[in-house]
Amino acid sequence: MTLPARAGLGFKPQHFAQIVASPPTVGFFEVHAENYLGAGGAPHVMLETLHRDHALSVHGVGLSIGGDRIDAAHLARIKALCDRHQPESFSEHLAWSSHGNEFLNDLLPLPYTAATLDRVVAHVDQVQTALGRRLLLENPATYVVFADSDIPETEFLAQIAARSGCGLLLDVNNVFVSCTNHRTDPLAYLDAFPLHLVAEIHLGGHEAEDLPSGPLLIDSHGAEVADPVWALFAHVLHRTGPLPSLVEWDTDVPDWPVLMAEAQRAERVLSHEARHAAA
Amino acid sequence: MQPHDPVARFRGVISGADVPPGLLASPPDEVAQRVAVYRNNVAHSLAQALARRYPVVQRLVGAEFFAAMAAPFCAAHPPRSPVLQEWGGAFPGFLAGFAPVAGLPYLPDVARIEWARGLAYHAADATSLAPEHLTADRPLALHPSLRLLRLSHPAISIWQANQPGGTGLCRATGPEIALIWRSADFQVPVLALTPQDAALIEALLRGLPLTKAAAGCDPVPVLALLLRNTLVCKGIPE
Amino acid sequence: MNANLAAAIAAAISLSAVSAQAQTATGSMEKCYGVALAGQNDCAAGPGTTCAGSSTKDYQGNAWKLVPAGTCTTIETPAGHKGSLEPITM
Repeated sequence: MTLPARAGLGFKPQHFAQIVASPPTVGFFEVHAENYLGAGGAPHVMLETLHRDHALSVHGVGLSIGGDRIDAAHLARIKALCDRHQPESFSEHLAWSSHGNEFLNDLLPLPYTAATLDRVVAHVDQVQTALGRRLLLENPATYVVFADSDIPETEFLAQIAARSGCGLLLDVNNVFVSCTNHRTDPLAYLDAFPLHLVAEIHLGGHEAEDLPSGPLLIDSHGAEVADPVWALFAHVLHRTGPLPSLVEWDTDVPDWPVLMAEAQRAERVLSHEARHAAA
Repeated sequence: MQPHDPVARFRGVISGADVPPGLLASPPDEVAQRVAVYRNNVAHSLAQALARRYPVVQRLVGAEFFAAMAAPFCAAHPPRSPVLQEWGGAFPGFLAGFAPVAGLPYLPDVARIEWARGLAYHAADATSLAPEHLTADRPLALHPSLRLLRLSHPAISIWQANQPGGTGLCRATGPEIALIWRSADFQVPVLALTPQDAALIEALLRGLPLTKAAAGCDPVPVLALLLRNTLVCKGIPE
Repeated sequence: MNANLAAAIAAAISLSAVSAQAQTATGSMEKCYGVALAGQNDCAAGPGTTCAGSSTKDYQGNAWKLVPAGTCTTIETPAGHKGSLEPITM
């Protein structure tokens, strides 16, 4: 039970009618877990319908794996969702979003130290044990770094995977956004990344703001995937071979044909790399 | 929690505290602007989530005012869970006590309609009862999405006039009673009830059987409405 | 069951079987807002800007100094607001 090594799209309810009217040639759909935790109604019917013809990826945005604790009640609801819909994949973020009993609704950064590594590993383990399945953990887009970080992010992710048995979700746009913001080289980041653990790729759009020192990139998911991100995507696939590759578009969501064009572009890169791998 | 926990340290800047030591940016003098990205994201995304939950309230007060009003609401009633569709139930009460909207006394009632519609949209599923199995001497199980709101203001008329493309014009006055449910095709209509029909539905919702609930009134319109919309469901057997 | 109620139920069943026009009317009340009810969490970064003004002004804004400026002005209120009839675009 895995996602196919093809292009996928983030599902938005406003596209449901068009998807049903002419089922698209995408490999899978991905949804945010927290939007499907209601008791009943249309959201679950839409998921069931999508899942009939397509693989399904459930992507959590609220477990706060880097936070002080995992909310057991929320985790139980995520488990019920996974049990109900049996998605081919479940993923979450290397970030935190809850503190005390408050939910902050952003993927906030954490320092990379031995102490936070222990905490994240314990939380990933807790989630995987509760769900009875392997989790994919996603690299974050960041805007600041912590002075007390003494483990590189790539090494931190490799350690989490090694100790917890989780897989990794490589967000290529996040790599480009973070490296640009921290004035580091995205190719060097990818060289250091444990690519053999990657089970899914994310692609998304960002926005740029000009600061005196150069561009500051914001992970907005509100635009087409940028050309340098497509180039990094091809670079990664060249090493890994084809992987399930999702196009995310969450703000200013465009009409369905625009989204499909992005998926088709991803699909072209994937088939090119598949031919390359076969040759 | 250790006092030097990095997450606890970072938490403060989201609420507007000074940037704590230990955060870096390249170049270092941009760290405040970088931290502002996170602060903006939290404030903006919560305001957006609230606006999506209360689109008519937003239209009534304007987007700029709504965004500004979201800030004190979020400070007073922050989300307690990551499921944002369940956050914002305190908004009608907040509006009732928020002095800058005191001139729009119907606003809390409009918000109550919007909140109830969201609850109905996500409510549990239920299997409808075949009409021929309807009984008068036992409580009817009504659909979990069904909600009845007694509104002091003509909030249904205002809500309706402010749907996308609506004129916003509303000449209705006086209180209204709203019936809200999720239909079989997942729409969430809002229907204005007469006081007599409302009393009957309230009695049924309280668990009174038809024999008692319908005493002294004509139950046909309400029963037809409930059956037509498959709102009478198979209940838990006694 | 008393005879009146039995008759009422029978009448209601036959009424409900007819696809009443009133039903269409209520159903069409909402269309565009149905999607908005569907959910709202995402993992996008919000406003896509750090501009110092927006971080303090827009998002930590002060509603106490603002005046509601939407379609509220089309409804007569006890305070006597009346004014522009321009609907705002969503």
